[in-house]
Amino acid sequence: MEIEVTPENVEREIFEGLVELGTEREALSHEATLESLDVDSLDLVELAQIVEDEFGVELRGDDVKDVRTVGEVIELVVAKAE
Amino acid sequence: MRRRVAITGVGAVTPLGVGGEALVERWSAGECGIEDGAGRCREFDPLDFLSRKEARRCDRFTQMAIAAAEEAVAQAGWSEELPYEGARIGCVVGTGIGGLGSLEVQQRGLIERGRKAVSPLAVPLMMGNAAAAALAMRHELRGHVYGVVSACAAGAHALGDASRIIRAGDADAVLAGGAEAAITGLAEAGFGAMGATSPSGVSRPFDARRDGFVIGEGAGVLVLEEAEAAERRGAEILGEVLGYGATCDAFHLTAPQPTGGEAARAIGLALADAGLGRDDVDYVNAHGTSTPLNDRSETEALKLALGERAAAVPVSSTKSAIGHLLGAAGAVEAIATVGALRRRVAPPTVGWEEREEGLDLDYVPGQARPLEPRNGDGPLVAVSDSFGFGGHNAVLCLAA
Repeated sequence: MEIEVTPENVEREIFEGLVELGTEREALSHEATLESLDVDSLDLVELAQIVEDEFGVELRGDDVKDVRTVGEVIELVVAKAE
Repeated sequence: MRRRVAITGVGAVTPLGVGGEALVERWSAGECGIEDGAGRCREFDPLDFLSRKEARRCDRFTQMAIAAAEEAVAQAGWSEELPYEGARIGCVVGTGIGGLGSLEVQQRGLIERGRKAVSPLAVPLMMGNAAAAALAMRHELRGHVYGVVSACAAGAHALGDASRIIRAGDADAVLAGGAEAAITGLAEAGFGAMGATSPSGVSRPFDARRDGFVIGEGAGVLVLEEAEAAERRGAEILGEVLGYGATCDAFHLTAPQPTGGEAARAIGLALADAGLGRDDVDYVNAHGTSTPLNDRSETEALKLALGERAAAVPVSSTKSAIGHLLGAAGAVEAIATVGALRRRVAPPTVGWEEREEGLDLDYVPGQARPLEPRNGDGPLVAVSDSFGFGGHNAVLCLAA
């Protein structure tokens, strides 16, 4: 079952996904940059797989190439679902 | 004069524990790390060496290589700063199979849930050069860096190649070793199907009752340095790689040549490379897998290579204590060999009791035996055999 795309749900899943990928939970915020969290291109592909599994929203390489912060990732997922 | 290759650090993760010292100490005491028919590294926790993020980007074989390298580099005194430019340091790590556990997990995902279930980490986790690449990144080694794949000879090939790279002047130092983590469903079933593994789950090399090898896992990494440079920086020299010989049976995909001819030639080449003769050999660390075929053909090879000396030299197999670490075996056994020479003992072939006709060398039954130095305080010399499916023979001549 896919989860409904709401900002709250997306934030929860993205945060959980990042923690699963090895990021410390305390370091997570909307403002945190992917670079500061050491999230690289491989992590973004894994994160996109989690997003697609959970929300049915497909993110492509082009979609995420300019994303800088965790908040922007969340906004992107919400926007793509609309 | 030829450049010499010094060993200045060693590190191991084996079924006898985490650390090179645990391996040598416990094997010399006649202990065995095999439980329930497998040599697992039960004491190894990757999170002791890696962050969660680093750990999930490495297959277990790479994780163990990283831990072994950490120990070796610390012993060599490299932890704070590399003694040479990164461009002058290489890294050669052998493996039999690579990240097989990761491959199996990803393959299951592919079959059950389709292509989208396959992780972008699938390839970097399972590639056979992953351990070499991870060590290079971690320690900023920018010289010759690659993996070696030659089944159960890979660890010895890695050390041999590494010593050649140093001797050729292409590097001042090389981090060299082997790593394997293939106690998985596919490997166990595959080795079982070909009748290579022991139904009884007991590793007893050269014993008449031996019925196959016991699969093990682990890693061994050594710091090899050009000897004069190591001496100049005041490093403790633990031992030397004196010689290396490599041949191939070109006989059968899995069975060794029964005469041991090509294996014997590898032993002879290693001794000749060291500038030594058969009478200079104080100890043989056998490949000794506990398979009916290997232990017989290896005995033949030793007789061919060492002649009358074969009967007088203690020959023991580390695999009696840890099982068969496949692509890690040659490196781990080189560490065990150097440790044994430094202690001036021949560790036992644990569990050896029953002689088989024709297998009549001194396999060091029972307990470790003192090695008598024949030249005062000078170094002792050992031959360490490694043979692999595919007919690969890689032999190291080591001194300490």
